[in-house]
Amino acid sequence: MTTTAPAGTGDVVVLDGLVKRFGDVEVLRGIDLRVRRGEVVCVIGPSGSGKSTLLRCVNLLEEPSGGTVLVRGTDVTDPDCDIDAVRRHVGMVFQSFNLFPHLSVLENCTVAQRKVAKVGKAEAEERARANLARVGLAERADAHPAQLSGGQQQRVAIARALSMEPDLMLFDEPTSALDPELVGDVLAVMRDLADEGMTMLVVTHEMSFARQVADRVVFMDGGVVVEEGPPAQVIGAPRQARTRDFLDRVLNPAAERGQG
Amino acid sequence: MTTTPPPPGRSRSPLLASPRRRAQLFRRVQYVVLVVAVVLLVALSDWGQIRRAFFNTEVAAAQFPDVVTVALANTVLYTVLGFAFGLALGLVLALMRLSSVGPYRWIATLYVEFFRGLPALLVFIAIGNGIPLAFGLSLNRYVVVMLALGLVGAAYISETIRAGIQAVPKGQVEAARSLGMSQTRAMVTIVIPQAFRIILPPLTNELIMLTKDSSLAYLLGSTLLQQELAQFGRQALNQYQSLTPVLVAGLCYLIITVPLGLLVRRLETRTARSR
Repeated sequence: MTTTAPAGTGDVVVLDGLVKRFGDVEVLRGIDLRVRRGEVVCVIGPSGSGKSTLLRCVNLLEEPSGGTVLVRGTDVTDPDCDIDAVRRHVGMVFQSFNLFPHLSVLENCTVAQRKVAKVGKAEAEERARANLARVGLAERADAHPAQLSGGQQQRVAIARALSMEPDLMLFDEPTSALDPELVGDVLAVMRDLADEGMTMLVVTHEMSFARQVADRVVFMDGGVVVEEGPPAQVIGAPRQARTRDFLDRVLNPAAERGQG
Repeated sequence: MTTTPPPPGRSRSPLLASPRRRAQLFRRVQYVVLVVAVVLLVALSDWGQIRRAFFNTEVAAAQFPDVVTVALANTVLYTVLGFAFGLALGLVLALMRLSSVGPYRWIATLYVEFFRGLPALLVFIAIGNGIPLAFGLSLNRYVVVMLALGLVGAAYISETIRAGIQAVPKGQVEAARSLGMSQTRAMVTIVIPQAFRIILPPLTNELIMLTKDSSLAYLLGSTLLQQELAQFGRQALNQYQSLTPVLVAGLCYLIITVPLGLLVRRLETRTARSR
C-alpha cells in the first residue's frame, strides 16, 4: 500500500453492522461491506432490497440508525464529523441525474468547485472542460441541461461529480431512467472510469456491466447481503437459491415460471 | 299510424336534439342576448352627458404633465418601496416557515395569518396615524408607505416563495449536498434561484396588487408633490367637477399593470414550454 490513509488499509469504504430503519421498517439489517482503493463493487438485488439506501448511507444522504460507516477512514456517523468535507471527496451519480437546470453544463461542473472547494474560475473551468471531454460532451459546455438527452445529462452528471476530483464514486442506478438505446454511452463512460482505477460503488440492474467491469458483486435481498464475490461466481455460478432466483428473473424476464 | 319512426339515435324536436345540436343552439342564444344588451345600452345612454363627464378634453389636457411627472411617479415610487421591503421580509418569512426550528415556523405562520387577514387600509391607519399618536414618533411618509405596503405584501409574498421553494425537487438539494455544499450554500446557490424562476409569474401578480394598494397612501394626507394617482384624481375631480381626471388616473394605473399582466402571461408560457 502506498497510501498513508489512517487505519493502515486501502479501504475507502468500510460498513460495519450498518442498520437503517424508516419508522418500523428495517431496510438495512446489519450490512458489512468493504470497498478497497481502486476497486469496483457492484450491488445488485431486487427493488426494495435496500441497495440504494445502502449507497445513500455512505455519504449520509440517509442517516444510519446503527452500525458504523467509515469513508476514507472517517466515521461519518460521528456527530462531530464534517460531512461536507467527506462529501467533497465522494462523487455521487443519481438515477434521475439531478443536474441543476438553471445552470449551463459548464456551470454545473464548476459551481461546487468554485463555491465549495474555492477553486479559481479559470482552473475550475479548465477542470470542468477536461471532464466534459472525458465523457464525450466537450462541445456541449454552453448548453443547458434541458437541451440534452437523458444519456447526455447523465454523462454531464458524471463529469460534474468528477470535477470535484473524488476518491470514490457512488452510482445509484445510473441507467435505470434512460431509454435503452442511451444506456450504452453511460456505461462506456463508467467502464473508462473503472479502467482508470477509480474506486466505484455501483448499484445497478445492468448484469453484463457488473459481470464485465466489477471486481466484486454484492447480492442484496431483504436488507442483508446474501452473497458476495467475484462476478463470475455471484452472477456466473450463484450459490444461494435467492441469488439464482433473482438472476433467473433478471436475465430471462420473458421466460415462463412456475407458480408460487 | 303510418308515419315512419325516426331512425334510432336521431330525433326531430330541437329540444330533444343531439348534444352537438343543443350546444349549437345554446351558442346562438348567447349571441342574441349579447346583441340585445348592447343595443339597449346604446339606445338608452345619454351620450352627451357621458362625453362631458368622462371625456372632457380640456380637463384631460389640464392633468398633464403633473399626472405623469408627479402622480404616476409617486405611485411607482411607493410601489417599489413597498415591494422591495415586502420581498425581503417575505423571503425571511418563507425561510422561517421552512425552518427545522419549531418556534420560527410558528412565528412565521402567525405573521402570515395575521397580515393576510387584515385590510391593507387598517394597516395604513395603524402605521400612518396610530404609531405617531401612540409613541409620539413622526415617521417619514415614505417609511410609512414602505412599512404598510411591505408588511401586508410580505404575508402574501412569503407564501408564494415558500411554494416555490417546495416546488424545487428534493434531488436538487441532494445533488448539491453530495457535492459538499452545506445546507445554506445549497439553498442560496441551487434552490432559491430555481424557486424564483418558478414564482416569477405569481410574484409579478403581487407587484400588480401592490401597485393598486399604493393608492391607500391617500390616507396619509399629502402636499401636492406627494400625491399619487388616486389622490391626484380625487383632488382634480373636486377641482374640475368632472370625472375625466379619475379616468386619466385610472388609465395611468393601466399603463403600469397591463404590461405587467402581459409579462406574467409571457413568463407563464415560457415556464410551460421549458417543462
